[in-house]
Amino acid sequence: MATTPVEKYNFDVVRWFTIMAVVYLVVGTLVGVYVASELAWPFLNFNMAELSFGRLRPLHTNAVIFAFGGCTLMATAFYSVQRTCGVRLWSDKMAWFTFWGWNIIIVAAVITLPLGLTGGKEYAELEWPLDILIAVVWLAYSINFVMTVAKRKTSHIYVSNWFFMGMMVMITYLHVVNSLAIPVSMWKSYSVFSGVQDAMIQWWWGHNAVGFYLTAGFLGIMYYFVPKQANRPVFSYRLSVIHFWALMFGYVWLGAHHLQYTALPDWTGSLGAAVSLAMIIPSWGGAINGMMTLSGAWDKLRDDYILRFLIMSLAFYAMSTFEGPVMSSKTVNALSHYTDWTVGHVHSGALGWVAMVAAGALYHMVEKLWDTKMYSAKLVNLHFWLATIGAVVYITAMWVSGIMQGLMWRDYDEFGTLTYTFAESVAAMHPYYAMRAIGGMIYWTGGAIMLYNVVMTIRQAVGQRSASVATANA
Amino acid sequence: MADQIHSTKFQDKTERNVFLMVFMLMIVVAIPGIVEIVPLFYLDETMEHNQHPEIVWQREAGTTLADWKPGDGVRPYTALELAGRDIYVREGCYTCHSQMIRPFRDEKERYGHYSLATESMYDHPFQWGSKRTGPDLARVGAKYSDDWQRRHLLAPRSVVPESVMPNYPWLAENMVDGGHITKAMSAMRTLGTPYTRDDIAAAAAEVQGRSELDAVVAYLQVLGTMVKFEDKDYRQ
Repeated sequence: MATTPVEKYNFDVVRWFTIMAVVYLVVGTLVGVYVASELAWPFLNFNMAELSFGRLRPLHTNAVIFAFGGCTLMATAFYSVQRTCGVRLWSDKMAWFTFWGWNIIIVAAVITLPLGLTGGKEYAELEWPLDILIAVVWLAYSINFVMTVAKRKTSHIYVSNWFFMGMMVMITYLHVVNSLAIPVSMWKSYSVFSGVQDAMIQWWWGHNAVGFYLTAGFLGIMYYFVPKQANRPVFSYRLSVIHFWALMFGYVWLGAHHLQYTALPDWTGSLGAAVSLAMIIPSWGGAINGMMTLSGAWDKLRDDYILRFLIMSLAFYAMSTFEGPVMSSKTVNALSHYTDWTVGHVHSGALGWVAMVAAGALYHMVEKLWDTKMYSAKLVNLHFWLATIGAVVYITAMWVSGIMQGLMWRDYDEFGTLTYTFAESVAAMHPYYAMRAIGGMIYWTGGAIMLYNVVMTIRQAVGQRSASVATANA
Repeated sequence: MADQIHSTKFQDKTERNVFLMVFMLMIVVAIPGIVEIVPLFYLDETMEHNQHPEIVWQREAGTTLADWKPGDGVRPYTALELAGRDIYVREGCYTCHSQMIRPFRDEKERYGHYSLATESMYDHPFQWGSKRTGPDLARVGAKYSDDWQRRHLLAPRSVVPESVMPNYPWLAENMVDGGHITKAMSAMRTLGTPYTRDDIAAAAAEVQGRSELDAVVAYLQVLGTMVKFEDKDYRQ
């Protein structure tokens, strides 16, 4: 066995992406808990520029989306593409370039964002030198993936790879167009677009970062890891074909629903809202396809904690893709826009869907990549419950505070004047901001337990391997 | 099994050829973005000043930005205001404050006339925001005194006890960099903002000796004061 000089698959790079994903889960959610606490207890800003909410909040979003989400997508894509195509990655060099490039970007983000070096566009704050680096690394990742699929041994391309490729194409478009800027200096630039056009392009990016990066990409994960972990085939091939193309074509319209009733022309916002309502169909198509994969094997949920993560994530996915169309309808949007309800909605997707399906996939990969069982199955189960409870506490707090905010802002007394000052609405949020911070803390604790469990699993597996090598050599 | 087609012929072909699939994706995901974004650059109705030219400042040759009076119409930011805007972006104010008033009764009473697209025509990038942890700032200009704004920025809870905004003591200590603002205005000019050469030449002197606090206050005080609103419908 030991005669083959190279492994059949390049799993080394996958291992490192897997480890970094777990590390960034802990770091990114910790920053999230901190900024949430700043809103509840403002003294935590400590009069320090680098710790102030406005600078740390972009660090939180970048850390969870690009550091944790990115490393998860790169680990799972590189893992599943090799397994489903039966071939090694097209280029090892490009894979390692992707690993180091992506991590350098993350380190640079951790340095530049607290220093206030930002382009000022939400979810795309990083300044122009880093934007260029992101484009280069993203293309290296995408080309390597597509070329690996091109040299596959199977006749057809497996469905998870469709979703990964959809994400790669769209994110390339979005990132390049949205980040177009003219540099003033090394760390300052101005968006080439202004006002209403800039707003539409920003939300075209913003909603599709959700739609493609955090949905299509993670559906790719779902389509590989749910059937694998459940040891059952995907429920319906036809459903996957229909919901794939519907999702690819449909999601792109939605950005405009972030700008209803603004100075964006009404036709654009209404178009975005109309397609948003229809998007429940392809979204639920995916959720049903994933869940029904388990049909006839539901008993596995009793003792397979990794599978629990995957299935619970689909439940959250179905819930937040129902909530999304509701919130994009004009009547609801008039109330919910600008409130914490939006924040809650994002987190039901992020904590419930993205991070849960990621945790399931990462646990699955750790067992396969190190050819072992998790150090502690009980801790996986504990992580599952902390994640579920933490997410529910967080979302509930934001529902209450968001709807309360919306109602307070528009409330009139019997004399026809506004009942509440803005400051009164801020004061009313305090208990919910505290509750949200606690929910986030519970969720973070689950992540920290995962990191501990993964580190112990790897140490144990590596220890056993060197012991058996020593015996073999003796 | 492998020869049997379970969907359509074209889908089957796409699933067998990765380059065809990538090509199809490149087209499918491009269309909606093009339909929604491109018309915003050429449809006249998008910007209100195409129907109401008076809401943009009609600048006469030889005048400076200082000749503008509130209500004269939308103009590019002065050097000090632009410096303040850069700081506003740097501190991430947009993560908690919107600058986009919607056409609702309560928003009109709380913040003022609904925002026009033309009002942010010189905003690179736009600062409409997405969240109101604090109030909307689109028309905060001239609502409070300069002195109130300074005290509020340095210690928000000294004037609004319920506030959860951070203190910004460093703004009083840092000075605005004239060289940087000159370059910033040149970059804006490249993007089409109508700064004259004289505006840019005078920029460094204008911000000389001014703190970041002065700059942010100057920016906040001009927000929403550019257009004079009469009883006119700017949108259908």
